[in-house]
Amino acid sequence: MILTNIESVPGKKIVEHYGLVSGSTVRAKHVGRDIMASLKNIVGGELKGYTELLEDAREQARERMTKQAEELGANAVINIRFNTSSIAQGASELYIYGTAVRVE
Amino acid sequence: MEGLISLLINLVLPILLIVAALITGTIIEKRHYQSIDKREALLGNIVLLNGKEYPKDTPVANVQFVSGSVVISYDYFKRFLAGLRQIFGGEIKSYVSLLDRGRREAILRMKGKCPDADIIINLRLDTSSISKGRRKRGLGTVEVFAYGTALKFAGSPE
Repeated sequence: MILTNIESVPGKKIVEHYGLVSGSTVRAKHVGRDIMASLKNIVGGELKGYTELLEDAREQARERMTKQAEELGANAVINIRFNTSSIAQGASELYIYGTAVRVE
Repeated sequence: MEGLISLLINLVLPILLIVAALITGTIIEKRHYQSIDKREALLGNIVLLNGKEYPKDTPVANVQFVSGSVVISYDYFKRFLAGLRQIFGGEIKSYVSLLDRGRREAILRMKGKCPDADIIINLRLDTSSISKGRRKRGLGTVEVFAYGTALKFAGSPE
């Protein structure tokens, strides 16, 4: 599965469009990570627990999107966009969407 | 005696925290900048473009979607400085350097996923504030997310 965030796949010709595909996940952080983050917050720097959490969540949303594209018979997703929205205290939704296409 | 204890808790403890944060925060920032400079020199051969154009006459060998992210937080001392700044207004320099670190780190992590690519096109940077949701005081934490499309041209050295 080829993914790009531009309107084409460089070096390849698009032969068929399948329309919009998307994937999303809503994640909450757990208390253990929160406590560690509060401690780390005194000295500053990277909060690795949160970085991992968001990376995992994006990965899952991406997998859901590519699965949807595969089911349609596509072999590439173009024009990918990300959206992060905080929907409740301590929880956020990660949404990824793009256009499923078939390339040569 | 009781007055002394409450003075200790209310005044000395925050000052100690601020001093501790100033020292550790400065060390962490310095080390981080050193590591950023080193890795930027290593991965400097990848050209970053935030446009969608790429040299169309060169055959492309590989296309890869790459992303990198980092969650970074202010230290106690920086927050104290920012609190002072908010009385008089003006630029909060300590936050500027923090966001600069975050952005450069995210870009480096993105580049790290495609070390043999030639260019990354349509680079986008997203910054979102992750606060704890306490009505007034947020956690002072930001996430920087960088993503783009990495291209490797045919015939270019590995």
